[in-house]
Amino acid sequence: METKVKLEHVSKIFGAKPKSVIPMIKQGMSKEEILKKTNHTVGVYDASLDIKKGEVFVIMGLSGSGKSTLIRCFNLLNKPTDGSIYIDDENIASFNSSQLKKVRQEKIAMVFQHFGLFSHRTILANVEYGLEIKNVSKEERRKIAMDNIESVGLKGYEDKYPDELSGGMQQRVGLARALANDPDILLMDEPFSALDPLIRREMQLELLDIQERLQKTIIFITHDVNEAFKLGDRVAVMKDGRIVQVGTPEEIIEEPANDYISEFIKDIDRSKVFQAEHVMIKPNALVSMKDGLNVAVKEMEENGISSVFVVDRGRHLKGIVTIDDAIKGIKEKKSLEDVLRNDVTIVKKDEYVNDLIPKALESMFPLAVVNEEEKVVGFILRVHVLSGLVSDDINESEEYHG
Amino acid sequence: MGSFPDIRTKLGDYVDQLVSFLDSSLEGFFDFIFLVSSRTINGIDDFLVWLPWWLFILIIIALGWYFKSILTGVLFGAFIFLIGTFGLWEDMMTTIAIILTAVIICLLIGIPSGIWMAYSKGFSNVMRPILDAMQTMPSFVYLIPAIFFFGLGNVSAIFATLIYALPPVIRLTELAIRGVDKEVIESAQSFGSSRLQMLRKIQLPQALPTIMAGVNQTTMMALAMVVIASMVGASGLGEQVLVAINRIDIALGFEAGISIVFLAVIIDRITNGVADKFQKHRGVN
Repeated sequence: METKVKLEHVSKIFGAKPKSVIPMIKQGMSKEEILKKTNHTVGVYDASLDIKKGEVFVIMGLSGSGKSTLIRCFNLLNKPTDGSIYIDDENIASFNSSQLKKVRQEKIAMVFQHFGLFSHRTILANVEYGLEIKNVSKEERRKIAMDNIESVGLKGYEDKYPDELSGGMQQRVGLARALANDPDILLMDEPFSALDPLIRREMQLELLDIQERLQKTIIFITHDVNEAFKLGDRVAVMKDGRIVQVGTPEEIIEEPANDYISEFIKDIDRSKVFQAEHVMIKPNALVSMKDGLNVAVKEMEENGISSVFVVDRGRHLKGIVTIDDAIKGIKEKKSLEDVLRNDVTIVKKDEYVNDLIPKALESMFPLAVVNEEEKVVGFILRVHVLSGLVSDDINESEEYHG
Repeated sequence: MGSFPDIRTKLGDYVDQLVSFLDSSLEGFFDFIFLVSSRTINGIDDFLVWLPWWLFILIIIALGWYFKSILTGVLFGAFIFLIGTFGLWEDMMTTIAIILTAVIICLLIGIPSGIWMAYSKGFSNVMRPILDAMQTMPSFVYLIPAIFFFGLGNVSAIFATLIYALPPVIRLTELAIRGVDKEVIESAQSFGSSRLQMLRKIQLPQALPTIMAGVNQTTMMALAMVVIASMVGASGLGEQVLVAINRIDIALGFEAGISIVFLAVIIDRITNGVADKFQKHRGVN
């Protein structure tokens, strides 16, 4: 995928003479040393990132880790003290104010933690604001604004004022206002932190829904690990102004870069991060329809397993044969087709472990895992589901299968 | 032995010289201000006196009704009628004309200054002690240069009133602009607003309720200056109070005094009502 936003060695220093601190950063002095020596606060410390087009990139960290400072660098609400910020290969850190205005008007929009709504304007006028700034004609901006208000489910509220709406609804307005500008990049600064848990979950799902439809590049800030791993295609973890690890949620859980991150992700609900493909076993035995019962028995004996999946030529699942059924079938001179059982539970490879638990409990056979083309790519036993919830190294459980 | 040594600074003399210098070198400028101010006051005064008395009372009732309630409106109308029965109708109109002129000039100077102070820390630092001095310097003191510049009369009164009544609107405008929620400013910025768009579409509307509180304060202070200003020749209700003091005329003193109180109540409630109207829907954030 192509790169949409790229940060190179971005630092943001607060204090009287921020530039003077940059050499110290280059020498590798720590944030504390710099604060002690120069009385300057390092907000962001030498951050480099590569954000791909269309991905949801989550920046996660506790309060004071610099994540809000960093996200404000993407649209230069904070002008970085040093470093470059490329959007579509243009370094916006070097832009003059009219170029910057254009970028903000056309490419990038932001959603705020406390919504940042204009309390003196109606919902419609709030959503219209970005277009109004760009001098879009009244009829056109009204139409675009109404479409966006409708798409966040607030139709009928357009003439209300922000203080007449609940928190969740206000943030929907914030989202509609950002989307009305049709930006490539959506910056979201802890947008759901101020909402209660139920509304938060609803908004998360809605965001994923919107992302499915619009395919924006979303940069999302949160202090909540579960939110980060739920929404993020990739996640960056920040501490003390530094980016300490970047990776997919699975990568971070499986290989935390340091103790800080291990501690951070201790409470993560793994069942909502790991998917079927992460806990499944690649089958070393598969039987094809034309092979017959004898081959099936042989395969099972050789691999020490009690049942085997039967597939057609395209690896599409036909059913499953157990060792007992197969031996009985041979005695009774039946064909493979006669003893084939098809009450196998099929799961997609991107289904979350959380959703596999009930299926694994109900099914008497291993779960069959298929890819996008419905081909069998693996199987999952109950023990794999369990190990997916607790173990650091999922593949250790291999010895149990069969 | 313990008495203060015989050292004299001549600060007062320097100020005296400065005022004389300004008076002679900026004569044209002061004449211009005099002309504009006196024309404005006279224009408003003539208009108010020309208005049929019942129409004026109806307007006051309507304002009271719109901003508060019908009862308030009727009460205001009764106050004004009462002032008329004291034989102070024309004096009241002159007073209103002076206050209106002073307030208009205060807003023209005060709101832009306040905005500038909000934008520029340096300007704010320069202005703050000046505003403090304007508010704490006894008001009689700047009546003297006022006479120098504009002679006895209503314009001197306006000048003195300005110095006294200007600070609140400046201070509250600065406070209001600075006080606009940071995230609201950031969100307006993030859409690529220009400075002017930001000021016009976001900061001023958001700040308006607080600015209106400043306008209310400024108006009340202008009214408070009415009597003092009459010492430099302002006509109107203040002049009647002054006359009453000189003649030890309790009846006239009370009538003129209570008329000023009535005006104060009416003006305060109406400007407050305007502020409240703006306040609606601005509680959020």
